[in-house]
Amino acid sequence: MKELLEILEKDFTQTPEELSIMMNMPVEEVIALIAKCKSEQIIVKYQAIIDWEKAGVDNVTAVIEVKVTPQREVGFDAIAERIYRYPEVRSVYLMSGSYDLSVAVEGTNLREVADFVSTHLSTIDGVVSTTTNFMLKKYKYAGVILNDQEEEQRLVVTP
Amino acid sequence: MNWADRISPTVKSIPPSGIRRFFDIAAEMKGVISLGVGEPDFVTPWHIRESCIYGLNRGKTSYTSNAGLLELRGEIVKSLYNDYKVTYEPRNEILVTVGVSEGLDLAMRALLSPGDEVLIPEPCYVSYKSCVVLAGGVAVTVPTTMENDFRITAEALENYVTPRTKVLLIGYPNNPTGAVMSRQDLIEIAHFATKHDLIVISDEIYAKLTYDGTHTCFSSLPDMMGRTIVLNGFSKAYAMTGWRIGYAAANPDFIAAMTKIHQYTMLCAPIMAQVAAIEALKQGEKNVEQMTSEYNQRRRLILNGFRQMGLDCFEPKGAFYLFPSIKQTGLTSLEFAEQLLKAEKVALVPGDAFGDCGEGFVRCSYATSTTNIKEALLRIGRFVKPHLK
Repeated sequence: MKELLEILEKDFTQTPEELSIMMNMPVEEVIALIAKCKSEQIIVKYQAIIDWEKAGVDNVTAVIEVKVTPQREVGFDAIAERIYRYPEVRSVYLMSGSYDLSVAVEGTNLREVADFVSTHLSTIDGVVSTTTNFMLKKYKYAGVILNDQEEEQRLVVTP
Repeated sequence: MNWADRISPTVKSIPPSGIRRFFDIAAEMKGVISLGVGEPDFVTPWHIRESCIYGLNRGKTSYTSNAGLLELRGEIVKSLYNDYKVTYEPRNEILVTVGVSEGLDLAMRALLSPGDEVLIPEPCYVSYKSCVVLAGGVAVTVPTTMENDFRITAEALENYVTPRTKVLLIGYPNNPTGAVMSRQDLIEIAHFATKHDLIVISDEIYAKLTYDGTHTCFSSLPDMMGRTIVLNGFSKAYAMTGWRIGYAAANPDFIAAMTKIHQYTMLCAPIMAQVAAIEALKQGEKNVEQMTSEYNQRRRLILNGFRQMGLDCFEPKGAFYLFPSIKQTGLTSLEFAEQLLKAEKVALVPGDAFGDCGEGFVRCSYATSTTNIKEALLRIGRFVKPHLK
């Protein structure tokens, strides 16, 4: 299964027939395995990675360090959920170190993100403090270099 | 002055590489998908490149000892032991070379007297025969066949051995066929070498790219340590072709002889490449596994594609080449390659570039993305179809 997931993580457009050849596995088995991974949410979603800057679409991302008071029985999970349910929130991680949650928030401009933090995020019960860091440039995302300058250097035919 | 008259007859006697001729045609075309490249499509893993940059920052720009950095030789010895349980002494049994190509040249020059014969199974890497001739030897080629999975047998070699035969040069996993030799196959060759008291040069540059079974290092076979020169390097397994770094492992007296030539002609391998090679051996195993796994997926994809077209194709078990027969098309290797390039803009290498018995075959490298492989298969399929009717 690991091999299948590794291939799909790199490129999910491979057909089951191609995957079957590449992994030397019957095509029915590949289809069943993919279905199983989807139903168990091992494969969560297929998405494209888009460089919005190149597409000419303005947006602003902030990574917000959030300190919270964990709650009895549910710990950090309940607060995390109240945060991650907002569509503006792109990612939420529980962190070790000097703060608790790392929250990435996206908006079309700085004002929009700032408003979200002051009106929604910092007012949630249990949120003790927030430190907002605006992202200046995205170099690499989800393991992919966004503006890779390395070009094919090889000659057309070599021994 | 007529320079052509001044060139040494030995150099004149060597034909230019068959690959070079084809390269000139392919290089001028736009939109070509190339299955003609004999090197990884991966760039050298970043940690290896970074170690070189760090070395440069620390002023690693000098000569090294002729044999190479002792630390590197130590790592080479460790990896040979880990992989094949062969024991070499880093101080006098390893020579760091500028790729396997230099190692091969040194070995030939250190071994051969005029007229000494070298047995070379074909199809083989393009430089084997020329290196022998340049060293004053006689290259005696021994054909292998698709029917026998391009393996060499003692029986076939017996037909070509003479009192002047001094060396057997083998390269498995093989470029261009992708053939491998099992341990049992090699033991048979070892007996043959003992019987005729031959030196064996084993070019194992593709050793880590073995997909079915495990690679056997020739010197790990019983009694072969004493008569084997192992040549290996970093180009293929670690995607380090442009660094030009490899090594020879052999008997100390012979390494001393090779080093004598190396010190007067090369002095040492570039220190930057040596620093990077240390990092490759220390930390690069995970990269090798990832790349090998990906090559293996592509290998199955391309093999299936060619078989679907209806072409005869033996399953390669190593390196990153497929060597399908194109005899059914009625075209020669060169005609096939040239016409395919013109009609569909796919570059591959005519099999006869690797020896006469490569005629009727083409070498397709799958060291390229699956997207390229799929597109190339579509185009080749379109080209081949009318020829098979």
